[in-house]
Amino acid sequence: MRKDTSVQPVKKAHEPFVHITKRGELVWWRAWLIRAGALILAMLLCGLVTVMITDLRPMDVYVALFNGNFGPEVDTWVVFRDMAILLCISLAVTPAFKMRFWNIGAEGQVLMGGLASAACMIYIKDAVPNWLLLLIMLAASLAVGALWAAIPAICKAKWETNETLFTLMMNYIATQLIAFLTIFWERPKGSGTIGVINQMSEAGWMPSLFGNRYVLCIIIVAALTVAMFIYLRYSKQGYEISVVGESENTARYIGINVGRVIVRTMILSGAICGLAGFLLVGGIDHTITTTTAGGQGFTAIMVSWLAKFNPIFMSLTAFLITFLQKGAQQIATGFRLDPSFSDILTGIILFFIIGCEFFIHYKLNFRTAQKEEK
Amino acid sequence: MFKKILSLALVVVMCLSVAVMFGSCTQDGGSDVEKIQKDKGILDTVSNSPISDAAKAELKIGFIFLHDENSTYDKNFMDAARRAQAELGLTNDQVLFEVGIPETAECYEAAKRLIAKGCQVIFADSFGHESFMIQAAKEYPDVEFCHATGTQAHTVNLDNFHNAFASIYEGRYVAGIVAGMKLNEMIASGKITAEQAKMGYVGAFPYAEVKSGYTSFYLGAKSVCPSVTMEVRYTNSWYDESKEKETAVALIGSGCVLISQHADSMGAPTACEEAKVPNVSYNGSTTAACPNTALISSYIDWTPYMTYMISCVANDQEIHDDFCGGFAAGSVKMTALNTAVAAEGTQAAIDAAIAELKAGTLKVFDVEKDNYITVGGKKLTEYAADVDSDEAYAKDTHVVWNGAFLESYFRSAPYFDIVIDGITANEG
Repeated sequence: MRKDTSVQPVKKAHEPFVHITKRGELVWWRAWLIRAGALILAMLLCGLVTVMITDLRPMDVYVALFNGNFGPEVDTWVVFRDMAILLCISLAVTPAFKMRFWNIGAEGQVLMGGLASAACMIYIKDAVPNWLLLLIMLAASLAVGALWAAIPAICKAKWETNETLFTLMMNYIATQLIAFLTIFWERPKGSGTIGVINQMSEAGWMPSLFGNRYVLCIIIVAALTVAMFIYLRYSKQGYEISVVGESENTARYIGINVGRVIVRTMILSGAICGLAGFLLVGGIDHTITTTTAGGQGFTAIMVSWLAKFNPIFMSLTAFLITFLQKGAQQIATGFRLDPSFSDILTGIILFFIIGCEFFIHYKLNFRTAQKEEK
Repeated sequence: MFKKILSLALVVVMCLSVAVMFGSCTQDGGSDVEKIQKDKGILDTVSNSPISDAAKAELKIGFIFLHDENSTYDKNFMDAARRAQAELGLTNDQVLFEVGIPETAECYEAAKRLIAKGCQVIFADSFGHESFMIQAAKEYPDVEFCHATGTQAHTVNLDNFHNAFASIYEGRYVAGIVAGMKLNEMIASGKITAEQAKMGYVGAFPYAEVKSGYTSFYLGAKSVCPSVTMEVRYTNSWYDESKEKETAVALIGSGCVLISQHADSMGAPTACEEAKVPNVSYNGSTTAACPNTALISSYIDWTPYMTYMISCVANDQEIHDDFCGGFAAGSVKMTALNTAVAAEGTQAAIDAAIAELKAGTLKVFDVEKDNYITVGGKKLTEYAADVDSDEAYAKDTHVVWNGAFLESYFRSAPYFDIVIDGITANEG
């Protein structure tokens, strides 16, 4: 090939300025160098956009970004609490994604889990001791979340239905179900809100640990992260998940019951979403609305994907996303800007972070560089 | 069947409780209203003390808004906050906005953030924020918490938690007069018969605030056009543009010749403009977008309350538990009348009605007037409403006194929740 081009100079003129080739495995530190570079570039562009459309100095914006998370006026526990919830949902979608089952129904599964917890709080109240009520809520949330995920999984395993559409539609059903039940539980009648459940008795509220309401939430998710890492990396079921994900035919050939793995994995996935719903309702909000999950079921997909389905990395990506969201909020409040402005900044940063994955997998070859190649 | 028994039981309980209250109240003699006014009276006018420069420099006010400016509901509050800020000469560093705060624990966190930044008073704009504001108010007794549209300040027993609203039913009533005069014009020109004078109303939820609003709107229309009827349909959402539009179209289809709404999007006004049906809006003027059909809008101007709240904090004065300003306080306002659509003489009628409302000679919920408020063909002589938001959610307060239903009187948030004759509403 190379000889040909040197013989025919006419063709050489048509050679593109740049062409793309796939890279082999990059050394880990070079991959991270690219990621860091992307982050720096993103920050610079954010600064530029800020200067162009507001009268702020870029430095102020970066300081606000940081202060929104760790500033003296901010409860940093809340940052870690929100990160824990996002991480929990990300962990939930991971096994399914690793299996190439495109579960985009985490939002609905979280909502259904939360709904189960809320129902227990409303109907059982303080009829049983609080620890027992919490256990009942947990069990109910896990079960309902699992059920919500199992329905599309069974249909996929039995009739090859499209899981993306199916799980997406299950989200709408969950949202509407909550809207419907709100009408039964609303206080006062007709207001369309349920309000804080058991505000006086605090029945079904997760207890404080070390004087902080959210520590328990964070500990549960931390433990879950480690467990999920071990499950995916070292357990037989984790191995089966990766085989099914790589190739269903291979899985069948080596005797894996693909349908069973799909249903089992989705039940796990849905149960963990249910856990997130339990944490949200029992541990944080003490109420349920159609926006309880707040789109995190979708954000979690990105968190999981960015971390390459590795639960340990996932805690980093979940932190990054939460950090950006909190910082953006601070920018909006601190400088009285519309929250859309901070959405723009978050968008820029995410674009660079996701975009840089391209440069980790592919290499740009410029014309001059190519000439010297032997 | 069960529902019937339940409602029957409810009626019995209501009647008994009313009877008991009546028995205990009529013995005092003298004016009952005056007596209640002393006990519970709502603050409906403001006279702010001037703020010293030293106090002004230390002020810091935090606002919590449900959505951003794309929601007309929240924009109304933000605009008021900016006006109050300008009026009092405060800087952006002193007036902090937390925007897009959902009705979850996030509201409590937002209040905490604002307190950490040194705010002495926190204002939240959405009904669902209330329980989280109360949670924060309990934890921070030195900070004042003001909550718009809420119902619990008069029962929760916290010195630093307050509700505020406006007697917007007065504004709705005036808007109803505009609608009624338009109907009269249509009848006079032979476009419709008197029997066809049917209005449509797109409501958000079957909630007292909505019911009180459409009833006063209907009464305003009825005060000038006695044959008017109205059909109400709910969208079960405060903001759902396509559904509001759909509902307005359906109402027009069922024979409504004029539409009004209590929901926050442009859905209903747009549907009216397309169908060439006159529309009375809410929250802000729609004349620019719908020049051929928009009549008028009533809206709440929150500026008087916000300046009141801020000046109370600056002067170490107590903020009233329940504030409910009307036309007199400048809390209720009307947008400019669209004279291209409105009937002749409407502006004069508006001015006259507002003057009477201000003077107190006109009562919107007058139960003694003939051919006005009837339920099942009978005049309303007594009614118990659920005023105290306790766990019971029972009809707990006798609200008809001296010939009128006292709306926004025992608490600022409306509690008129009766469907009166002439209005059909599908409660589901």
